[in-house]
Amino acid sequence: MATPGAAVGLPRPAGGSGSARAAWRRFRRHRGGLFGLAIVALLVAVAVLAPVLAPHDPFTTSRNAFLPPLASDAHPLGTDHLGRDLLSNLIWGARVSLIVGVAAALTATVIGVIVGAFAGYAGGRSDELLMRVTEFFQVIPRFVLALIVVAFFGSGLVNLVLVIGLLSWPQTARLVRSQYLSHKTMQYVDAGRALGMGDLRLIFAEILPNVMAPVLVVTSLDVAQAILLEASLGFFGLGDPNQPSWGAMLNAAQGYIRRAWWMSVFPGLGISLAVLGFNLLGDGLTEAYDPRMRVR
Amino acid sequence: MSGASDAGRSVWAYVLGRVLNAVPLVLGVVVVNFLLMTLAPGDPVTALVGDYPAPAEYVERVRQQYGLDRPVPEQLVRYVGSVLRGDLGYSFANRQPVATLLLERLGRTLVLMLTTVVVASAVGLTLGVVAARRPHSVTDAAATGFALAGYAVPEFWLGQLLILVFAVWLQWLPAGGFRSVRESYEGFAALLDHARHMLLPMAALSFRYMAITTRLTRASLLEVMNTQYIVAARARGLSERTILWRHALRAAALPVVTVIGYNFGFIVAGSALVETVFGWPGIGRLMYDSIFARDYPVLLGILLMVSVTVIVVNLVTDVLYSVLDPRVRY
Repeated sequence: MATPGAAVGLPRPAGGSGSARAAWRRFRRHRGGLFGLAIVALLVAVAVLAPVLAPHDPFTTSRNAFLPPLASDAHPLGTDHLGRDLLSNLIWGARVSLIVGVAAALTATVIGVIVGAFAGYAGGRSDELLMRVTEFFQVIPRFVLALIVVAFFGSGLVNLVLVIGLLSWPQTARLVRSQYLSHKTMQYVDAGRALGMGDLRLIFAEILPNVMAPVLVVTSLDVAQAILLEASLGFFGLGDPNQPSWGAMLNAAQGYIRRAWWMSVFPGLGISLAVLGFNLLGDGLTEAYDPRMRVR
Repeated sequence: MSGASDAGRSVWAYVLGRVLNAVPLVLGVVVVNFLLMTLAPGDPVTALVGDYPAPAEYVERVRQQYGLDRPVPEQLVRYVGSVLRGDLGYSFANRQPVATLLLERLGRTLVLMLTTVVVASAVGLTLGVVAARRPHSVTDAAATGFALAGYAVPEFWLGQLLILVFAVWLQWLPAGGFRSVRESYEGFAALLDHARHMLLPMAALSFRYMAITTRLTRASLLEVMNTQYIVAARARGLSERTILWRHALRAAALPVVTVIGYNFGFIVAGSALVETVFGWPGIGRLMYDSIFARDYPVLLGILLMVSVTVIVVNLVTDVLYSVLDPRVRY
């Protein structure tokens, strides 16, 4: 099939946001965004290097239960009720949080882009129907539904990612829809149509690259929400039982709060820092993409 | 919000339209509940009875009532029928009908949530105003930082920290529960006792909500302060204080109303987590206990009740918004 558009070089909308370099310059000026980027980079490093960084196996128990922080060189952050090393659990927990958070947010982005693109591009009845479905997913209480699904069908990593992803896409869908509504009447889309491009090609190859910047902002905020949701499920005892997770650590800490404050303080710091990092990154990306548009 | 497109109709027509709009959402929730029940691993009767030793004749009766030997569409119709009659099944772990159990617990959860919404909205509005009055000042930075923390800190962890500080170390407030078990109070003293028990859970639950309200109030106030009618008010020589509190805030507070509706689902989730931390005997605590008791009818009942509540609250705030905002016409 011939690809006339590529040869002619259709004019792109002058987005006003300029080149990637200009975007990076604006991002760099946003101190919060830079701080968020640093936190996220640190988390990624810890998650990737977990096998090297963790001093102990996170599941190995010892007779040194309830060791406070700094009491022993072998366990700088202390041990939990089963004598497991807290620091090692914290490090491995970063990996699980990040994997679930990013994978679930990407799942949500894919669903949201597809739903939003078709709704905005097609308009009319299908738009109305898709938006009703979106509204339904927006009002249904995510946490309660996720909890029940995981309680029924098991809480492995894959299930967690799917459940969180399937319940997190409405915001992306609404954003993408509004973008498509305005883009589909622009000249470059008309030109593409005149050149004989099909709808699918217009939707995914022509319009999509032009609307991805704001979508990435929402994805970053979604990662933060997904990390929170995963931790909440873990706190309810519904995390992946074969993975160390921050939420599960807080669940264990609940029973020993008078005896071992460190079991509660450190995992909670981990969750808060991760969520803060992705939220700030989202703010910075907003600034870089278009300072006038704020998602939150 | 249906804007000027249907101008001329009365408020009631608008309200009726919104109510009709909510009906398919509620039906959708019932269908999702049914699907969860049928798709649950094992016998669907487990989802209806729970994994608790129940008498065989009851199991048989449930099979009959929901027509579990009939085709799926007929099951769905029967299920919708029982839900509409208010029959959500029986909880053997609690030895009570699910509907009765939920209603009994609902009151305590609502007290916690409503106090949270009121206190958090008030504090959030105040902080938002303080921040917006001098943008980019130290106070503004502090309020913004506070809001960022509110977005990031999980409420169940905040609850644990509050217990650590105020119950374990300072010993000012009780670490959990609904009332003192050792003493028995009456009248006003009993009320005060409940309030003391509610203070920490409420603080844990409000933090995120305060953050949302602060951020929103600040943003919408900054936007309003640049509009023409504020400029006009300044030109008339009104003091900044009058402009802020009498004119700007009225417009800026409107989005806060919608935020109540939009975030109600999050408050429900937060209250489930916070109730678990503090042993507050409401719906959330019940949910936590039901997971371990494998008391599925209770879980499905909670999902149904909470979803319907969120839809209704959204409806009410939407209508309220359109009534409060003179710019919205029907």
